[in-house]
Amino acid sequence: MSTAGSRIRVALVDDHAMFRAGVRTEIDERLDVVGEAGDVESAVRLVEQQEPDVVLLDVHMPDGGGRAVIAAIRDRLPDVRFLALSASDAPEDVIAVIRAGARGYVTKTISGDDLVDAVRRVGEGDAVFSPRLAGFVLDAFTSGDGPDEPAPDPELDQLTPREQEVLRLIARGYTYKEIAGELFISGKTVESHVSSVLRKLQLSTRHQLTRWATDRRLI
Amino acid sequence: MPLQRSTDEPLLGGVAAGLAVKTGVDVTVVRVVFVLSSLASGFGVAAYVVGWLLLPAAGQERTIASRALGDRRGLSLAAGVAALLAVLLLISSALGASWLGSLTWPLTIGAAGLALVWRNASEEEQARLHRIAEPALQLVGGTGGRRLRLRFAAGVVLLGAGLGALLVGRPNSATLRPLGGLLLVIAAFVVVLGPWWLRIARDLMLERQARARAEERADIAARVHDSVLQTLALIQRRADEPHQVVQLARAQERELRAWLFGGPPPGLLGEEATTLAAGVQAIQQEVESVHGLPVETVVVGDCDLDEPLHALLAAAREATVNAAKWSGAPSISVFAEATPEQVSVFVRDRGVGFDPDAVPADRKGVAESIRGRMSRHGGSAEVVTAPGNGTEVRLTMPRVTARA
Repeated sequence: MSTAGSRIRVALVDDHAMFRAGVRTEIDERLDVVGEAGDVESAVRLVEQQEPDVVLLDVHMPDGGGRAVIAAIRDRLPDVRFLALSASDAPEDVIAVIRAGARGYVTKTISGDDLVDAVRRVGEGDAVFSPRLAGFVLDAFTSGDGPDEPAPDPELDQLTPREQEVLRLIARGYTYKEIAGELFISGKTVESHVSSVLRKLQLSTRHQLTRWATDRRLI
Repeated sequence: MPLQRSTDEPLLGGVAAGLAVKTGVDVTVVRVVFVLSSLASGFGVAAYVVGWLLLPAAGQERTIASRALGDRRGLSLAAGVAALLAVLLLISSALGASWLGSLTWPLTIGAAGLALVWRNASEEEQARLHRIAEPALQLVGGTGGRRLRLRFAAGVVLLGAGLGALLVGRPNSATLRPLGGLLLVIAAFVVVLGPWWLRIARDLMLERQARARAEERADIAARVHDSVLQTLALIQRRADEPHQVVQLARAQERELRAWLFGGPPPGLLGEEATTLAAGVQAIQQEVESVHGLPVETVVVGDCDLDEPLHALLAAAREATVNAAKWSGAPSISVFAEATPEQVSVFVRDRGVGFDPDAVPADRKGVAESIRGRMSRHGGSAEVVTAPGNGTEVRLTMPRVTARA
């Protein structure tokens, strides 16, 4: 993990060279880009050699996409964190890559400043939820709650009221700092709520999540 | 449209299909008429082949006949075939099979015509003819497999037995014998020709699928050309107007996304949205195209719109337009959530904000129209803002039509 003051080391993985170049020029001054890769195989090699703090990972790539990269690396290098970048905000793509182990997700239209911010946050071990992702999660955890479908594990399959509030504010476009102010809690508490939601998102067996995660085979 | 041979899904030369298109009669009916008139007098065969020769294929100017005129060897071949067949038929009719006599001329014309078609049809048609005639060619050339020969032998035996039964069957020995003969003849045709027709049917199906795929590709290419390439061209020409470029790219992205990931393209959205999600999308589309400002929308849950919810969306639109006009923020967030009890919409910007106690008159009026509209339908509106802190409009409407 990076310490304060040192620059976060980032690896760029995307099969579009033009997109990599664009991102690189945007973040190069503020983050330490240690390498680029254009496919799953070279991405795994790059990460193993460089052990970056954060991997910026395209969801859609040939040969298994971002999920394949995470699966190949997660057990061997648990300290490497993944932030998924996607051009699509289809829930099945986003949820699938988060459940594979990514700690956050942003769309490719994100501004340079917001991207740097998101990378830093993931590098510090926090989760990054875009408004869109927060919306998906709310949808998945609140819809389809019929009496015939009891949550098998309330600990994992339900959001606390506080977590729902936090997600709603993210979906409304609030920053973590603004959420803290709105709910009269500390920024650290907001972050722990979001991390807890991320954990539930990755481990819950709720039908909506597993359906989204398996519905689409990522190309 | 002039009478022409169809190239769409022809079984042979597309004459029947062409006639069907021209007359409006179903193609199957036309084909049955041809077959029946062939069986009755042979006329159908002759008419079909003549049609094949004299009608141009769809999309072509020259007929096969006009090409055949220049084909000397073909002409002499046709004449030879015709002469040979005529002699054979005349001899057989002289020998007593008088019913063959009526077939003489149509069959002669048909055979001669086919010889010309065979030599002068377009490459595509020749390939098709080749495929249709393949089993016969294999037999003649001796390259057919054992199974084919076996089938052919069985067919010949069945055909012989059937024809024998038919010809020997005297009128007084009841109708049973001719009927049995007819069945044997039919069986012979099925045994010999069945698998081959099945294959032709399958090939036709494969061809149709391939065409469907090609059409889909063409459709995608047309779309990409129409919208994406046009937009890219526009972007190149407006490279010095960043604001316009962003607006163009944004609109194009939305359109392509809608098309790729399902849902109607934004341009096709009806005037009146019928669900909450569609209504929010309409607001996004309108504000982005009119004011050139990205609107990030998130919708949780969805429901059909009733009178109060239409009012809610109208208020949300007002709030979003306000933010686009006045806030100076680079983007606007719209969040809508439908729960069984209520529907809420939040419109937020990170713009200049304002002092609620010192707003310009025109702006106050709009705020009133948002509040008034909401309260008239039993909902509530709250505006949270301060100078420099952006603005959030919070709209809540209780659900009247509770979900079952």
